[in-house]
Amino acid sequence: MITDFSKPTAPSLDKRWRLVDATMRRLGNQSRGLIEALHTVQETFGYLDEEALRYVAISLRVPLSRAYGVATFYHFFTLKPAGEHTCVVCMGTACYIKGAPQLLSAVQHDLEVKPGETTPDGKVSLLTARCLGSCGLAPAVVYDHEVAGKVTTQGLRERLGKWTRHDS
Amino acid sequence: MTPEELEQISEDERATQGQFQHRVNVCVAAGCVSCQSQNVKEALDKEIVSRGWEKKCQSKGVGCMGLCAEGPLVSTGAGTLYQHVTPADAGEILDALDAQPVTRLVCRTDVPFFQRQKKIVLENSGIVDPERIEDYVGSAGYGALIRVLTEMTPSEVVQEVVKSGLRGRGGAGYPTGLKWSTVAKAVGSQKYVICNADEGDPGAFMDRSVLESDPHRVLEGMLIGAYAVGASEGYIYVRAEYPLAIKRLRTAIRQAERIGLLGTSICGTRFNFRIDIRLGAGAFVCGEETALIASVEGKRGTPRPRPPYPAQAGLFGEPTLINNVETYANVPAIIRNGGDWYAQIGTEKSKGTKVFALAGRVMNTGLVEVPMGITLREIVFEIGGGIPDGRRFKAVQTGGPSGGCLPAEYLDMPVDYESLAKAGSIMGSGGMIVMDETSCMVDVAKYFMDFCMTESCGKCVPCRVGTYQMNELLAKITARTAGAQDVAMLEELCDLLRNTSLCGLGQSAPNPVLSTLRYFGDEYKAHVDEKRCPAGVCGVSEEAP
Repeated sequence: MITDFSKPTAPSLDKRWRLVDATMRRLGNQSRGLIEALHTVQETFGYLDEEALRYVAISLRVPLSRAYGVATFYHFFTLKPAGEHTCVVCMGTACYIKGAPQLLSAVQHDLEVKPGETTPDGKVSLLTARCLGSCGLAPAVVYDHEVAGKVTTQGLRERLGKWTRHDS
Repeated sequence: MTPEELEQISEDERATQGQFQHRVNVCVAAGCVSCQSQNVKEALDKEIVSRGWEKKCQSKGVGCMGLCAEGPLVSTGAGTLYQHVTPADAGEILDALDAQPVTRLVCRTDVPFFQRQKKIVLENSGIVDPERIEDYVGSAGYGALIRVLTEMTPSEVVQEVVKSGLRGRGGAGYPTGLKWSTVAKAVGSQKYVICNADEGDPGAFMDRSVLESDPHRVLEGMLIGAYAVGASEGYIYVRAEYPLAIKRLRTAIRQAERIGLLGTSICGTRFNFRIDIRLGAGAFVCGEETALIASVEGKRGTPRPRPPYPAQAGLFGEPTLINNVETYANVPAIIRNGGDWYAQIGTEKSKGTKVFALAGRVMNTGLVEVPMGITLREIVFEIGGGIPDGRRFKAVQTGGPSGGCLPAEYLDMPVDYESLAKAGSIMGSGGMIVMDETSCMVDVAKYFMDFCMTESCGKCVPCRVGTYQMNELLAKITARTAGAQDVAMLEELCDLLRNTSLCGLGQSAPNPVLSTLRYFGDEYKAHVDEKRCPAGVCGVSEEAP
């Protein structure tokens, strides 16, 4: 039996929902557009919260469990908002061989956070990447979407210092 | 778009480029962009304008020139290559166009790194502007497509690919021609072509470089594939972690649509084809074809048992041709020069060239394309320039988490699918990581097992539970608390995973462990019996620096 379906209204008047709607419409508001829709949500809002997952799931007529399943299956999606700055340490093989573990433990030590966590003041999020594909420049770190190559512990500490100093 | 119109674009482009007395090419692929090559390009553009050289000197952004470690790279029309260029060098580089090159910045190109390479897939990298279709067309681009559409039947195209002996460049090395003919013969109302650009292997960046440097080449390969198998819709599944590659692909698709090389009635024939991009979201298992297809359908990327193979029942249950980026990038050259030409290159069973991402403890890190059958020694010591800091070579890792570590004894082995498999590794997608004596091989094995454990999709038990148990055992060994029975258990689990896992991820996950046990068994022994790590790695990084 085919029941009438009307598309739900966006959770808020936020104009960013229109981008999400546009993506879903482009893919015919079908379940196959789920991953693309979640990509758009993350791109525009920064992360996927429950409200967004519910909205996308209902719009594409998939169970919420499936939307949640997809959102948690893929590493790229995050359910938590990121800090003001993000520091992504690449843990690809080339970076690993060239000292990425030392870089990571330096950040963990200085900021007292684990990978995937944000400092309590919301300043810096520490993340790790599987491989950035910048292996020629190993070890690589991404500071706020900007890739830096041949990173040293000292260089990393200087950069983090700039972010965490409260008087700046 | 008719063949004549395309020829006109090509001629116009060559004429426009021929007007310039000088050319300055700045690498704008990911490696150099992360060394701020965009600023170098801006500085050069500004300098050209301020000198009033707009008609005399052309500056353009081009794809990867290979030597990523020495970026930003700039090349001139006269064939000079500059390394470590900063925006402040712009004036000096332009001054030198009419005189001697700037010695301080010159990167020598008469060295094996450049001389020993053979470029087919990367022939346009570092030469054409990846953001302009005209430049690609001007370098004979889309010529192979026109030829296919106007002069060849689909089965002739398949025959040509069969003749070339091309094998899948994604890792497994399945004969491409055979795959194409299977899909061509399959019956379905709608067929699909998928390009696998989900380069998940850590330490591999070949596909990324091809997409960023020459996206139209991949589109052309897909178009030819679609014509050969009778597909009308295509998807490129690309990692979301590669924003620059995605941007350039989107631009390339738009440009090709605009001049009618994608869409309906391409070149006035009955051939229709459109391409859409699907973003991967960071799941290594999506490199497996059935998992990738599930992901394109908007689901969790879990594999399913084969058969049926995607060639029979793939995307949305229809016959689907799925190949890797590098495989498609080989196709235009095969059509242009003929399958026989391609089959001359390489070894008996592995034809053509292979692109490797050379990284790790080696002097020249970057992207290299070499003929199949070259030895590892030539790649590491001649092209790669050997090991820096006077250290000793220990191992080379190929094939990422599914591959293995090969010791010095295997340096003279030819690089082809069979030899690598026999030595306990795989060709893989082309990552090649060099390690010296500062790397502990047990630690490396643990690194890859940790990777496979995290990336296991959890669908089948051997992989989900086995990788966890193996990782625990390896952790015990690196912590130097393991006994001989733990190593025996590790070996047993290797056998179990290899033979009972559902997909390639689990089946090949033991490879790094097996190869290190085979070639570096003494290191395991030192950890277990003598409770020490010969390389001094284990137990160091956990302590706070």
